[in-house]
Amino acid sequence: MSDVADRVKKIVVEHLGVEEDKVVENASFIDDLGADSLDTVELVMAFEEEFGIEIPDDAAETIQTFGDAVKFINEAQ
Amino acid sequence: MFDLTGKTALITGASGGIGGEIARALHNAGATVGLSGTRTEPLEALAAELGDRAHVLPCNLSDPEAVATLPKQAADAMGSVDILVNNAGITRDNLFMRMSDDEWQSVIDVNLTATFKLCKGVLRGMMKARWGRIVNISSVVGATGNPGQGNYAAAKAGMVGMSKSLAYEVASRGITVNAVAPGFIETAMTDKLTDDQKSTILTQIPSGRMGTPEEIAAAVLYLASAEAAYVTGTTLHVNGGMAML
Repeated sequence: MSDVADRVKKIVVEHLGVEEDKVVENASFIDDLGADSLDTVELVMAFEEEFGIEIPDDAAETIQTFGDAVKFINEAQ
Repeated sequence: MFDLTGKTALITGASGGIGGEIARALHNAGATVGLSGTRTEPLEALAAELGDRAHVLPCNLSDPEAVATLPKQAADAMGSVDILVNNAGITRDNLFMRMSDDEWQSVIDVNLTATFKLCKGVLRGMMKARWGRIVNISSVVGATGNPGQGNYAAAKAGMVGMSKSLAYEVASRGITVNAVAPGFIETAMTDKLTDDQKSTILTQIPSGRMGTPEEIAAAVLYLASAEAAYVTGTTLHVNGGMAML
């Protein structure tokens, strides 16, 4: 697993208080990991800070799963 | 009670009567204050009077770019913005049938849109801190209406609906959003009224007098305090009983 994925997973585990093995490629933040809509905003904020990138609102809306987040960040860097 | 030591507060319209008194009350409770307003001179004078823990942050709220940068300027100056008091407001009174688009728009821009943008600008820090207080200064006329103030009443009522919606969204993060609705308060804004107008108004106020800026500041101090953590989405009417809502 890539370094980006590890760092994203760490943020998700800490923020949502879920087990690490639940954070898989297709895990939806809202449907599978128990996030509410505000949690997803906070996750995006945390990703922005961790990776020093800007995630515009329209892009943030497309980040639904753990895999989406890793893919977006890899492309943004 | 109501100790704000270690907290930081951004107050807009701090060059005015009510805003200045709000800044004094929060500062007196121990907060570091960011004084924002269009006129630098009264802000400097107030900062000099308060001494330590006071920062001057001039900002013209009718300038969208200035509004966008104010939250960051405040956070840079004070380290954070724990408390936001949207107090700045303007009036452009006119009879509805004579009201120009510009009179409408300028009041909406400064009183409502700037409030929206400033709330949005401070939320990130408050969400991370899991603590925040937003107090929006509305007006009794937002609830009752007032002839000649269709624009002002719309903006002030808009602030209340906006505050409630935001209060829903961020309550779980330890952030409260409330409004204070002053009635007739002794300020430069009400000084412009004629004696006739004033005596007519006084007949409608059970307390029989106008309120003071200190009485508004006390309401803001309460809503900004740790003690008010369970109060959110409400409007605290401070009007001597002229509208019991």
